Amino acid sequence: MIVEFGHYALILALLVALVQAALPLAGAARNNTAWMNVAMPASLLLLALIAIAFLALMRAYVGSDFSVQNVADNSHVLKPLLYKLSGVWGNHEGSLVLWVLILAIFGAAVALFGRNLPATLKARVLSVQAMIASGFLLFMLFTSNPFTRLDPAPLTGADLNPLLQDPGLAFHPPLLYLGYVGFSMTFSFAVAALIEGRVDAAWARWVRPWTLGAWTALTAGIGLGSWWAYYELGWGGWWFWDPVENASFMPWLLGTALLHSALVAEKRDALKSWTVLLAILTFAMSLIGTFLVRSGILTSVHAFATDPTRGLFILALLVVAIGGAFALYAWRAPQLSPGGLFRPVSREGALLLNNLLLATATATVFLGTFYPLFLDALGAGTVSVGPPFYAATFVPLMVPLLLAMGVGPSLAWKRGDLGGALNRLAVAGGISLVAAILVWSLQTGGPFMAGIGFALAVWIAGGVATELATRIGLGRMPLPASLARLVRLPRAALGMTLAHLGLAIAIVGMTGSSAWVEERIAVMRPGDKIELAGYEFRLDGVTRIDGPNYWAFRASFGVIDDNRTVATLRPERRFFRVQRRPTTEAGIRTTGFADLYAVIGDPDGEGGWTVRLYREPLVPWIWAGILAMMAGGLVSLSDRRLRVGAPGRARRALPATENA
Amino acid sequence: MKPKHRRLTFLALGLGLLAIAAVLVLSALDDSLVFFMSPTEALASPPQADRAIRIGGLVEAGSVKRATGDTSVRFRVTDLATAIPVTYEGVLPDLFREGQGVVVEGWLGADGGFTAREVLAKHDENYMPPEVAEAIRQSGYWQGEESEGAQ
Repeated sequence: MIVEFGHYALILALLVALVQAALPLAGAARNNTAWMNVAMPASLLLLALIAIAFLALMRAYVGSDFSVQNVADNSHVLKPLLYKLSGVWGNHEGSLVLWVLILAIFGAAVALFGRNLPATLKARVLSVQAMIASGFLLFMLFTSNPFTRLDPAPLTGADLNPLLQDPGLAFHPPLLYLGYVGFSMTFSFAVAALIEGRVDAAWARWVRPWTLGAWTALTAGIGLGSWWAYYELGWGGWWFWDPVENASFMPWLLGTALLHSALVAEKRDALKSWTVLLAILTFAMSLIGTFLVRSGILTSVHAFATDPTRGLFILALLVVAIGGAFALYAWRAPQLSPGGLFRPVSREGALLLNNLLLATATATVFLGTFYPLFLDALGAGTVSVGPPFYAATFVPLMVPLLLAMGVGPSLAWKRGDLGGALNRLAVAGGISLVAAILVWSLQTGGPFMAGIGFALAVWIAGGVATELATRIGLGRMPLPASLARLVRLPRAALGMTLAHLGLAIAIVGMTGSSAWVEERIAVMRPGDKIELAGYEFRLDGVTRIDGPNYWAFRASFGVIDDNRTVATLRPERRFFRVQRRPTTEAGIRTTGFADLYAVIGDPDGEGGWTVRLYREPLVPWIWAGILAMMAGGLVSLSDRRLRVGAPGRARRALPATENA
Repeated sequence: MKPKHRRLTFLALGLGLLAIAAVLVLSALDDSLVFFMSPTEALASPPQADRAIRIGGLVEAGSVKRATGDTSVRFRVTDLATAIPVTYEGVLPDLFREGQGVVVEGWLGADGGFTAREVLAKHDENYMPPEVAEAIRQSGYWQGEESEGAQ
């Protein structure tokens, strides 16, 4: 009954979304306030209805109602509660419900807190949001209904893919979706602005917090996914350039570009039509990321053929959303007023260079991800594009970007002084050269790029440190005065410093772990010892343990340094009872500068076990860097100028809502 | 600088970057593309010796032999018409099993033996990698239904 209730709520939500898509838009065109005002209650109602559907599905999962096909396919009585909950979005149909739920939450947020948005802009934004919601709801109801019943109901379910039964992956999809859907907000603002024919600084100030929020969530989601791959897949790697990973990386790259161009649009009223275009492109990538991962097309174009209605629907949705927005852009963008002037060497110029490089890099990732699909679809043979492709295309494009990233913050708006900036950065440049030389002379047999990576990381860190020091007048005035300035700095500036610093830290981690990982694969019997990276790994024993819905071999490794046991690693090889597949849980012990990492494989039948042992240098720095980038995003988001509700169109006095 | 000139400068910069990216992409595609072949195709038209390829098929039942003492594994990959002996040094993926679909990436030697640098068996027992299904279909030994699941 409750399941049918959820299904019914979804149908009602579609009707509400259709009304919300049409009426306010028409109202804004005819200046009919009553029609525009429909948007506010409609978006609240939409949220309520989708929340009902989501909760109904969640209840079916928690109560293990296997008469619902979605639950039967993806759940099991024995599954721990956390994975019953995360199972709701651990599959195609359920993840779409989560997607529209987040969309509805954001829409309701604009409706509630957007009181000082111009009435027509607000009506149009909410109407575009409702169009997106309608598209998703139509897709769900016609091709991917999460509430389909099974008759007769099976006694038990097929369980969730064991790889997904992991705390890291339980929260990975919601974070990614927060990011994707956040970019739907900037998309709606962009389309609304195109319809309106006006993009100004106030518009950019509205777009920035959504971009920041979406970017922060996406950063967290990608970081969590990468961390999961690192400890769960057991290959010691943290990024594989897998199409599924790329699908979330492309919106991140474009979102990063958007974050920076929105800054120019806000501060300098320039690059406006480029910002609008980026907003459209970023959401296009988010849509592609959402659909292509779960639809299965990324593993093979043949997956499309197995369910043609779904595939055609997705294509149609992408064509309408992306093509429609591009057509609107081509038609209206030339009418946008040209923005503020600036010289090529200026903060704007540097940010534009950042944008061009990020967009080009996205294009190379896009090509690498989709080229095999194109070839396959054309019948021109099956190929695969692996990490060497990205090492040869993406990485070279990142080098100039990171170089420019050190200088950019030190350039003035409008008209920069490159010589002066470089003068101030001389110390940072010197230190990064020293870092490169140190790396080259200390490493034995590591790659040349390791030195470059370290130098670039130091250069970026030096760049933001120099900029911060100049800003707070460090050394030019008494220390307390400088500190007082530091405290009074806008949060957005602190956020930038943190995020750039985070990237520098992450680059150190990425470079170090790619360059100096040490690996041993061997067959070990209990009592055997193996030398790796100056440590001695001793296999103490393997025991059988039982989990809620699996059993596992758990090995115990003692890691010995100078006759002292410094760590005990307990990797597991789990066998899930229902799906009958094994998974790997790596045993990891971190020292902050390196991870000791062990994986246990199959028994060889004669008392020995295949094991993989790694020393992964600097991997913890990747996670630390990602955390710092997220912190940067959050700090920047807390800037009072960006608080939802704060910006008035012409910097009027702060509205009453701010003080209430 | 006039707005028009400025826009042209940036357009030129953007196009220049795209051109550089295109060169990088084309040269990288040439070097790092890995083609997929069925065992029959691989033996019929062997690739250049230094060129990595992927071969897909079933792990022949009874062919898996683990060396004692080290981690090398030998097995045969077959499309039911032709079988190719494969040697692999390392830990096999979680889902590797005899009689199951597998994709191996590596080099085909002059003697017809295959040295794998990577073994992929990502899918569950009800599902065969589409490339493998296609290879077996081409060899004429396909017995499954026409539509395999996509999960």
